[in-house]
Amino acid sequence: MSRKIDDATMDNVEILAKLALTPKERKKAMAEMEKILDYVEKLNELDTDRIEPLVHILESGNVFREDAVVNGDGKEEALANAPRKKDGQYMVPKTV
Amino acid sequence: MEELLRMTALELGSIIRDGKVGVKEAVQCCQKQIQKSEPQIGAFLLTDEEKTERRVKEVEEGIRQGRYTGPLAGVPVAVKDNICTRGMKTTCASRMLENFVPQYDAEAVRRLEDAGMIIVGKTNMDEFAMGSTSETSYFQVTKNPWNTEHVPGGSSGGSCAAVASGEVWAALGSDTGGSIRQPSSYCGVVGLKPTYGRVSRYGLIAYASSLDQIGPVGRSAADCGALYEILAGTDEKDASSSRKAVEAVSGTKRDDLKGIRIGIPEEYLGEGTDPEVRQAIEKAADLMRESGAQVEWFSLKMTEYVIPAYYIIACAEASSNLERFDGVKYGYRSPKGEGLHEMYKKSRQEGFGEEVKRRIMLGSFVLSSGYYDAYYLKALKTKALIKREFDLAFQKYDCILAPASPTTAPKLGTSLSDPLKMYLSDVDTVAVNLAGLPAVCLPCGMDSKGLPIGMQLIGDCFQEKKILETAAVYEKLRGPFPVSWKEEM
Repeated sequence: MSRKIDDATMDNVEILAKLALTPKERKKAMAEMEKILDYVEKLNELDTDRIEPLVHILESGNVFREDAVVNGDGKEEALANAPRKKDGQYMVPKTV
Repeated sequence: MEELLRMTALELGSIIRDGKVGVKEAVQCCQKQIQKSEPQIGAFLLTDEEKTERRVKEVEEGIRQGRYTGPLAGVPVAVKDNICTRGMKTTCASRMLENFVPQYDAEAVRRLEDAGMIIVGKTNMDEFAMGSTSETSYFQVTKNPWNTEHVPGGSSGGSCAAVASGEVWAALGSDTGGSIRQPSSYCGVVGLKPTYGRVSRYGLIAYASSLDQIGPVGRSAADCGALYEILAGTDEKDASSSRKAVEAVSGTKRDDLKGIRIGIPEEYLGEGTDPEVRQAIEKAADLMRESGAQVEWFSLKMTEYVIPAYYIIACAEASSNLERFDGVKYGYRSPKGEGLHEMYKKSRQEGFGEEVKRRIMLGSFVLSSGYYDAYYLKALKTKALIKREFDLAFQKYDCILAPASPTTAPKLGTSLSDPLKMYLSDVDTVAVNLAGLPAVCLPCGMDSKGLPIGMQLIGDCFQEKKILETAAVYEKLRGPFPVSWKEEM
């Protein structure tokens, strides 16, 4: 069986998942993902050609509301959880 | 004290209302039991005595003034640590949220407080609710109150262990793939997973949004029913919450099961199911049959596909939901890494545990370009087929009777080494989430090791009343279930 998770695929997964794995973690993750994907491919036994994918269990359609602020400011409380902040703003590492 | 501890939440609420016992007394009784059993059990991540004391005064006054008149006013309750509590740390048992203090209450929490209940603490869980044993918690391992060498189950293991050890009369859990029902089964308590959309998810830190549902854990079906009535209902802050009116589940009392049609799916009791679990379910079926229920075996097709479909969908949604943890607005930030993107990556690598990262990576893969159709879309189509089988079953039956796990609680330290094996153990619970159904899990026996065995009664969407009534009659037929803790001499 061909490997699904080769190095290039894993590079892409790490980019999408925004994770920097250690070489040891990466090797283990690749082997485990391979094993789990082999197992979930059991779904290929099913003929689903004429089946509509089911996303929402309850048919509700879109739910709309007025775009109005109802919960006040809360800026201080929200900022209290930030790992780094400055002058009432979130602080991030240099980006450019 | 022992007398209070052995009561159900409704019994306690009733004597509080009658003034026979004070709110303070009830809370002290609960705190004393927490002190006594926490060193062995480790169900709580946080208890806040000061906050509780203030709240006790508020509730005493509220009851006196007639503001809190509900059946559970004054009753202490624990809340799983993935449900936001304003001003009280909510960690999801993750390093990522070790110091996170929500600035708002989850709707479920607001409703508990509006009903006059007292939140005494936050309970341990698998990190971000990902796991089946509560062992993936970053902070601590919770033990099964019946035998501390065994796991309490997961992911709501802390909530179930707290109720089972008498530390609290009731608790909130959340159930994405069995996370209320399986630990309820392992701990010998009653847990209800309501219909998808029945309880607002506002303030529940999301794992897999199309499957997540908050629900109660208690010591009886009636307690879970009373909590369900408090929790259920439309919430405009959760667009997926159902607009359907909530049917009262309390009040009507059934004495027998005449006219109730119960189906037992052969697939749920086949190979891999512990013979003692099978015997306990068969015994429960016999009791219900003697009480007038029509009980028969049937074949619930698609059962062998529920685990693959569940893990694809749950991981896909998890990878998307957990993108928000980037070390900027809240949560852990790594001191390492140059520049913004390196900071994101390092923070997530260090802030998340192994199981969470595994699911994020699997989810990222199944949603990625070139694989989306083969995995994610295929899983959604499979979900449609699974739902169809349940629809067919509910044309014939009022309830489906099944175990909540193929075994009783495994030993600590035996489940995490093989993730696929751990995923496979969720075979009895995940279909209910995929189909959005309500299910109650309640104890139906003990195995030869002295560990509880649980059974699920699964209903069609919005049929909470039917399954809870059936469960309440079964409890009477079964008789009182023992408690795990030793009485004080």
